[in-house]
Amino acid sequence: MNKTANRIVIIFLKNCIRMLSLLFAVSIISFALVSASPIDPVQQYIMGIGPVSEEQRAGIEAYWGVDKPPTVRYFSWLCALLHGDFGTSLLYRRPVIEIIAERFQNSFAMMLCAWIFSGIIGFSLGCVMGMNRDKWQDNVIRKLCCLLSSVPTFWLGLVLLLIFAVKLGWFPVGFSTPIGMRNNEVSIWQRLHHLALPALTLSLMSFSNIALHTRQKMIDVMNSSYILFARARGEDRWTLFARHGLRNTILPALTLQFASFAELFGGSVLAENVFSYPGLGSAVSAAGLNSDVPLLLGITLFSTLFVCVGNMIANLLYGIIDPKIREVGQ
Amino acid sequence: MNDGQNIPVLEVSGLSVSFQMYDKILEQKELQVISELDIKVYAGEILAIAGSSGSGKSLLVSAILGILPENARVSGKIRYNGHMLTPELQRQLRGTEIALVPQSVDFLDPLMKAGVQADGHRKPYPSQKRRALFRRFGLPEETEKRYPFQLSGGMARRVLVSTALITDAQLIIADEPTPGMSLEQALEALRMFREMADDGKAVVLITHDIDLAFAFADRIAVFYAGTTVETASARDFQAGPDALRHPYSKALWRALPQNGFEPIDGTQPYAGSLPRGCLFAPRCSRSTPKCVQEVPSMRTLRSGEVRCFYAE
Repeated sequence: MNKTANRIVIIFLKNCIRMLSLLFAVSIISFALVSASPIDPVQQYIMGIGPVSEEQRAGIEAYWGVDKPPTVRYFSWLCALLHGDFGTSLLYRRPVIEIIAERFQNSFAMMLCAWIFSGIIGFSLGCVMGMNRDKWQDNVIRKLCCLLSSVPTFWLGLVLLLIFAVKLGWFPVGFSTPIGMRNNEVSIWQRLHHLALPALTLSLMSFSNIALHTRQKMIDVMNSSYILFARARGEDRWTLFARHGLRNTILPALTLQFASFAELFGGSVLAENVFSYPGLGSAVSAAGLNSDVPLLLGITLFSTLFVCVGNMIANLLYGIIDPKIREVGQ
Repeated sequence: MNDGQNIPVLEVSGLSVSFQMYDKILEQKELQVISELDIKVYAGEILAIAGSSGSGKSLLVSAILGILPENARVSGKIRYNGHMLTPELQRQLRGTEIALVPQSVDFLDPLMKAGVQADGHRKPYPSQKRRALFRRFGLPEETEKRYPFQLSGGMARRVLVSTALITDAQLIIADEPTPGMSLEQALEALRMFREMADDGKAVVLITHDIDLAFAFADRIAVFYAGTTVETASARDFQAGPDALRHPYSKALWRALPQNGFEPIDGTQPYAGSLPRGCLFAPRCSRSTPKCVQEVPSMRTLRSGEVRCFYAE
């Protein structure tokens, strides 16, 4: 057991090093891209505070160091980052780190719901398809999966919005809290009520991936020699599924689900915009459209971190739950 | 071993298995893989089934257990202790009365520990009995906590054999139990099967390893292209080609390394391109127009059975 713990720690450290180097690379690339873009941060800043004279403008440029070469600017930005200073959002006039923290809480709740929902639904449907290969259940669900994975997120969001919010009135049209209420007065149920539709949209977009993957894995398992032997020993369909199918498909499904944080984040940008949900996803598009460079860079780095953590959990999980990896040393 | 007076534990007669295939769009083709196969196994004996790959040995096992793929068509009769095997009876018997010993570690669930796996799915789990069996086979105490990938080939083999013994099955079918084993391991495995037969069980031993099979089996059924061409006592095979009946069995004997290593021309016909008459006729030196036209039926000859018009 000790050996296993040691190996997990080693995997963890390796992943951390990889993650840091990736963050470093992302920071260079995104900084270079922003520098090369026609965005003038000084102009954006001035637009927010009102008319200024030429001297004042020159003063701001000198204070910000816009005239310095990009490498110098990059390193001063990096130094600030390492001290925990992500700068101030030009759009919201608040520290970037605060905005990320606040928005992430909203997004996290929504993404978590979507993630769990798509995982459970996707895996179950995958199992149903795999166990009923080429029967009507398989055909219907498979077509549904292909359909949903080719539908654009925002379109699906709009359709759900039209049906459930406008026509039926079951869910609110947007935002994370009821309009005209103080933040501390909002109950957990109201929050869940508001995140239900965006979370549903997001999970509908992502479950087909896990479902189709689980289907294929289940078919492979059911065609395997050990299933043939289990049948020869008198196991019926349900026992085959419960004793062998489940344990052999859930592991890759879990890994896939943790590795899907990137799609989850990408999907949340679209879903949050459609539902005007104040999460990280809508913040990133607002930052992009309004040339809010500090916020944009901050969220870029944060989302990189988020996706990396997902992949790392997937790696670590495999080491813990797959006996082939776990018990190698014994 | 047995005079044939009592009822065989397993009697397969006239078994044919074919698969429905779609050749072109909506054009069905039937692929005959087992044709008119006959075997009998009595309690207390080992029947070895010998034949090259593609002769339908493994499909016979699936047919007996009723676990053929869904597109398979089966005709003919299979009797277990005199009772016709229906799908319902097969469901009841597999894993209880009829046990399969598969070939390799691949037949164990890679994510299930050996102990739980050997216990099987039937409750109450026979863990006490299984531990005793593991001990008898010289498997170390901690084997039950091992995953299949942690077992050596020989250990996996013994775990697989114990899955059959745990059940009190009266009929044990071992599918190619020896390939990949050292001579000692193979001998040990065959000794285990001999022991089962001596305990009064009926054992079917499907094998490539003809020499070893001859040393441990009582009778031998020779398969060719999905049918039985001869059943003979193991003694006949030790005695040589003159004691054997079918031209293919004689050729098989001569092809063994210690008997001259002498091959015959041609190849075994595969499903889909089977000849109309005797399946061996295209390669037989004694074939006549009758052999090409007509399928010979199994007949008794010198206390063995043969599927040939001219065998004497």
